Amino acid sequence: MIQPPSGPVPWDKDFAQKLLFDMLRIRRMEEKCAELYGAQKIRGFLHLYIGEEACAVGALHAILPEDNIVATYREHGHALVRGVSMDVIMAEMFGKAAGCSRGRGGSMHLFDAATRFFGGNAIVGGGLPLAIGFGLADKLQKRQVVTACFFGEGAMAEGAFHESMNLAALWQLPVLFCCENNLYAMGTALARSEAQTDLCAKAASYAVPTLKADGMDVVAVHEAMKLAVAHVRDGLGPFFLELQTYRFRAHSMFDPELYRDKAEVEEWKTRGPLHTFSARLKAEGKLTEEEFLVFDAQANAEVQAAVEFAEAAAWEPVEDLLKDVYSP
Amino acid sequence: MKMTYREAVRQAMREALAADPRVFLMGEDVGRYGGTYACSKGFLEEFGPERIRDTPLSELGFVGAGIGAALGGLRPIVEVMTVNFSLLALDQIVNTAAALRHMSGGQFSVPLVLRMATGAGRQLAAQHSHSLENWYAHIPGIRVLAPATIADARGMLAPALADPDPVVIFEHAQLYNLEGELPDDWHCDIASAAVRREGTDISLITYGGSLPKTLAAAEQLAAEGIQAEVIDLRVLRPLDTDTLAASLRKTHKAVVVDEGWRSGSLAAEVMARIVEQCFFDLDAPVARVCSEEVPIPYAKHMEEAALPQVPKIVAAAKQVTGK
Ligand SMILES: Cc1ncc(C[n+]2csc(CCOP(=O)(O)OP(=O)(O)O)c2C)c(N)n1
Repeated sequence: MIQPPSGPVPWDKDFAQKLLFDMLRIRRMEEKCAELYGAQKIRGFLHLYIGEEACAVGALHAILPEDNIVATYREHGHALVRGVSMDVIMAEMFGKAAGCSRGRGGSMHLFDAATRFFGGNAIVGGGLPLAIGFGLADKLQKRQVVTACFFGEGAMAEGAFHESMNLAALWQLPVLFCCENNLYAMGTALARSEAQTDLCAKAASYAVPTLKADGMDVVAVHEAMKLAVAHVRDGLGPFFLELQTYRFRAHSMFDPELYRDKAEVEEWKTRGPLHTFSARLKAEGKLTEEEFLVFDAQANAEVQAAVEFAEAAAWEPVEDLLKDVYSP
Repeated sequence: MKMTYREAVRQAMREALAADPRVFLMGEDVGRYGGTYACSKGFLEEFGPERIRDTPLSELGFVGAGIGAALGGLRPIVEVMTVNFSLLALDQIVNTAAALRHMSGGQFSVPLVLRMATGAGRQLAAQHSHSLENWYAHIPGIRVLAPATIADARGMLAPALADPDPVVIFEHAQLYNLEGELPDDWHCDIASAAVRREGTDISLITYGGSLPKTLAAAEQLAAEGIQAEVIDLRVLRPLDTDTLAASLRKTHKAVVVDEGWRSGSLAAEVMARIVEQCFFDLDAPVARVCSEEVPIPYAKHMEEAALPQVPKIVAAAKQVTGK
């Protein structure tokens, strides 16, 4: 297994601050979403990413605009870091026509062609075969593009995962499998669903190189992701990256969380990606408390504007119901 | 006794588990999570992990395992979270469970009960909202049930488990919170349709999550002087056409209400049967109210517009009765 680098934050101040800011944007946006869910502005299923922000932020900053992203139903953070505006993400969650999926997808189905953000998939494992297809298309058309596919450890029990890994390896496709291992698939702990809990070992059985990184540490994620992306972009075939993380909130807003201890959650919270990274930057002289407060105020202002945008946005007229079932 | 549909499902399972050691429940998050719709809450403590089995995310794998367990002498109740996810297990259900008896010249039967939630109405968007009951009703070799009342939710499981063949039970997600009186005699068969409301002017034929809407429509129609008879199909395969024909002979008019998409819907099948069997009893063309032909959207107003609703049922019934 390839080892990710460790040590002090190996980035300049601007880049480090940018990643911190993006984590803050996700956090503040989602805290607002939880509140809006309570106010019944956002409905349906809502899966929050709180606690896992370092994964999307660290990973997606290692990716280029021409690359493809495939994500799951816990994808607000990925969409945001990828460059989908908070306004249209929020409008989508409100179900407004200005949303990135015209209000037809909601929280679980964010899509954005401009940023090559391909969902937004609520069938566990459903995005993986799609990523294989992107990889095949890019390889055949000789594009040096990477398809990064995000999924949870739960998806690794699905046949779709195995079939996809096998095809990616067999055809040496430029697909980067990013497993966000938050230890639970709804209420099912990893050890209760997998005979082999070493996820990299599972992936390695397909002769795919693997790397494990601390998903609570944005530095570790980003550095590991850079190695993984370089491997894939150089035409060396697929790569499997395990990001070890934890969600601080329930699986969805419907989840009473009967399956895990409060103490366990509290323990993981001490490793929260936002405060550990900001503390580290402060210690290294790359961030002041004042700067942090400015970032936080900016993130909150962006959230406020997004909510106002979504509130003011129009509903799609019912006459358009049958639009976009087939292409014109 | 007053209870919810969810509680009725729960009691039925609890009774089955207590009555027969061969019965066990298997599916994603049925144990520690308590069941996604809380239908098996507390079962893990009561019956233990051998009989309340949490499975990995492997619909194909665990549905197939249920088939094997049934063949091996057990009486599995396999829960698939929603019909949408059952598509990952279609091969096992269609190519194995439904076909095995026939393929083996009658040697093996598969006493499997497969439960799944179905239907829209909770703004969960396309991948969590579809009504694919009709796909299952198309397949010979399985029995397909759609309990729409608290009594049926309570009563259908035991005969389903006693059936030597695979039975698929669809529980509409909108019904779990339905509250009502459980009648003293909730026992039921799994062969016949039920008349939920007597009427003489028109037959409204429906099933599952559309029953409450259809009953509400019948009330509105009554206020306007149209007496609708409401038939609950309950058993989607094999269809009980006798009950339909009896109703048609009385009312001579029909509207079929089905949350499936119009094209190739169960409503289409019911209409075909009415035409085949009751053509000369009909006083008007048969009409139907189905879902619009669109993947179910997230936005509330669009979701509502896509689904059969009380005003649409009322309008269709008025059109058919010419009132
Ligand atoms: C095929 C399929 N089966 C079941 C579900 C219900 N479900 C939604 S999320 C989830 C847990 C998935 O866990 P994991 O892949 O680890 O991702 P996480 O939610 O932890 O990010 C389940 C079982 C689904 N959406 N799709």
